[in-house]
Amino acid sequence: MWRYLGKRLLVSVATVVGIVIIVFFIVRVLPGDAAVVRAGPYANDEKVQEIREQYGLDDPMLVQFKDYMADAFTGNLGVSIRTNGNVTEELLERLPASLELAFYSVLLAAVIGIPFGIVAAARKGTWVDGAARVFAVLGSSMALFWLGLLLIYFLFFRLRWFPGPIDRLAVGTEPPGTITGFYTIDAALRGQFGVMVEAFRYLALPVLTLGLVLAAPILKMVRASMIEALESEHVRTAKAIGVPYRQILFRDGFRNALLPVTTAIGIVFGYMLGGNIIVEFLFAWPGVGRYAYSAIQVNDLEALQGFVIVVGVLYVALNVVIDLVYAWIDPRIRLGTKVTA
Amino acid sequence: MSYGGPVPPDYGDPHAPGERAEEYLAPEIAGEASALPLWRRKPLLVVGAVILGIYIVVAVLGPLFVGDPRVTDPANFYQGPSWDNLFGTDKFGRDVFARAVHAARLDITIGILIAFFAMVIGSAIGVVSGYFGGWVDEIVMRLTDVVLAFPGFVLALVLVAAIGNSIPNVVIAVTVAYIPYFIRLTRAQVLAERELEYVDGAKLAGNGPWRVAFRHVLPNSLGPSFVQAALVAGWAILTVAGLAFLGVGIRPPTAEWGVMVAEGAPDIITGQWWTALFPGGMIVAAAMAFQFIGDDLGADVL
Repeated sequence: MWRYLGKRLLVSVATVVGIVIIVFFIVRVLPGDAAVVRAGPYANDEKVQEIREQYGLDDPMLVQFKDYMADAFTGNLGVSIRTNGNVTEELLERLPASLELAFYSVLLAAVIGIPFGIVAAARKGTWVDGAARVFAVLGSSMALFWLGLLLIYFLFFRLRWFPGPIDRLAVGTEPPGTITGFYTIDAALRGQFGVMVEAFRYLALPVLTLGLVLAAPILKMVRASMIEALESEHVRTAKAIGVPYRQILFRDGFRNALLPVTTAIGIVFGYMLGGNIIVEFLFAWPGVGRYAYSAIQVNDLEALQGFVIVVGVLYVALNVVIDLVYAWIDPRIRLGTKVTA
Repeated sequence: MSYGGPVPPDYGDPHAPGERAEEYLAPEIAGEASALPLWRRKPLLVVGAVILGIYIVVAVLGPLFVGDPRVTDPANFYQGPSWDNLFGTDKFGRDVFARAVHAARLDITIGILIAFFAMVIGSAIGVVSGYFGGWVDEIVMRLTDVVLAFPGFVLALVLVAAIGNSIPNVVIAVTVAYIPYFIRLTRAQVLAERELEYVDGAKLAGNGPWRVAFRHVLPNSLGPSFVQAALVAGWAILTVAGLAFLGVGIRPPTAEWGVMVAEGAPDIITGQWWTALFPGGMIVAAAMAFQFIGDDLGADVL
């Protein structure tokens, strides 16, 4: 198992290096004058020249590459043009807000997708299955911003069930002191239950938007792998020797479907890291996605490049975690046998 | 045309492109008799095709019948939906319906173009990678690994941000984000396909390796890619609109669905729902049509 993990870790490090190189390539090497883009549409020639010198864009490409790589691997993602702040620090400061949103969204997606997928597989071919399929197709063709706007219009503007899209908490509410960075958890730990409820109410609409869309791929994957598991020979044997149906469904079916389900949740998390720019912008959520949005508006390429690297690294880290979960779920991986499932 | 000897049986041309397509398609689509009509067997496919057909008609003919999408009418701002303005008017008094119809031409074209380019480029790379293998394959696979380590949306976003906002740049950026899917898919098919006997036959008949790869193996490996292309066309529309919503790529005042949603979004919390929800609904319905088609075809192929 340790060999397996070591190998996976090595591949991950290589992928991170690849991501950092590709970002350099996109931002610096592609046609388009990086200094002109950074200076924005209204800059004069002197301003462009100033920026060129400030960011070392006049240096030979190889020197730029060396400096960039050295910076990236010491955790220095440069200085934002927009805020003049250190991009690494600014991103880390905003990360908890994004992670809290991501965590509850994926949780909601799993809570909808897994049971719905199991039922659809167990009742394959019935109307429940049909409904599941329509839900899955709708989910994969849904525009996050449209669903978000629909929810804002009905649940906020019409019904006033949830607060409007402004922030993580109402104006004037003091955030709980940071322990985990998740307002809901911090507030609970500090016994501020009013703040906790408020944090949940502000989370509701963005989480609903992301959760409903992300439930679709999870549902699809659970259904497909459950059907495969339920049609397997060991399930046929279990049925033949009279094992109760409920036990077959969960012990023989769901446990064997767990591996692909883990994959689906990983994919969904990755998708989330991109989709959250839209949702964070729409709900004025102060996370890394909104930071990237603000960066885009003023061509702040340093900040945007920092965001992309952070997203890439998170995604790779996530895949390592998923591999660990795999190894934990599936003894064949732990013990180093070939996996065919 | 007998030369006196026994006439060899006619097996047809086993390498001809598309000859084996029926293996990828469900028997009923391949033309084998089935009791049920198509709309009963593949309801989603039929619904998707009908919706897409309507969109194509609207995209081609619609702009001839509606007004100018750019013309403003300050006296008539924020009018709700009515017979004169089916989708209402926006803050400048522009007709939302006229803009949405003009946008259909742009968005549908872009979606199909992206799927087409990504499929052509992706499957060409995929067949080289899969058929020839070796270090080329190794490099291609590592590259797709790295590209797929990004969420596609983020990759397209940073690409457009770096090369500049314009419609062609958006098409390039989103195409790049989807190419790896076609590379992977084609490569996997090619790996299975190249072991088949007709490939040996083609080689023995004296075809060079490139000819075998592109003329014989590739056409037989494209089945799943067509399904993928239908799905990608739908996702591409969502991606392009999502980027435009964030102010990336296609910018106001262009009549594009994502741009229209972005412009209309602030109106939602003051009650003018029509400026954003109508164009947004057009995006979702278009993406849905492609998903329906891809999903129903894919049930047999992927």
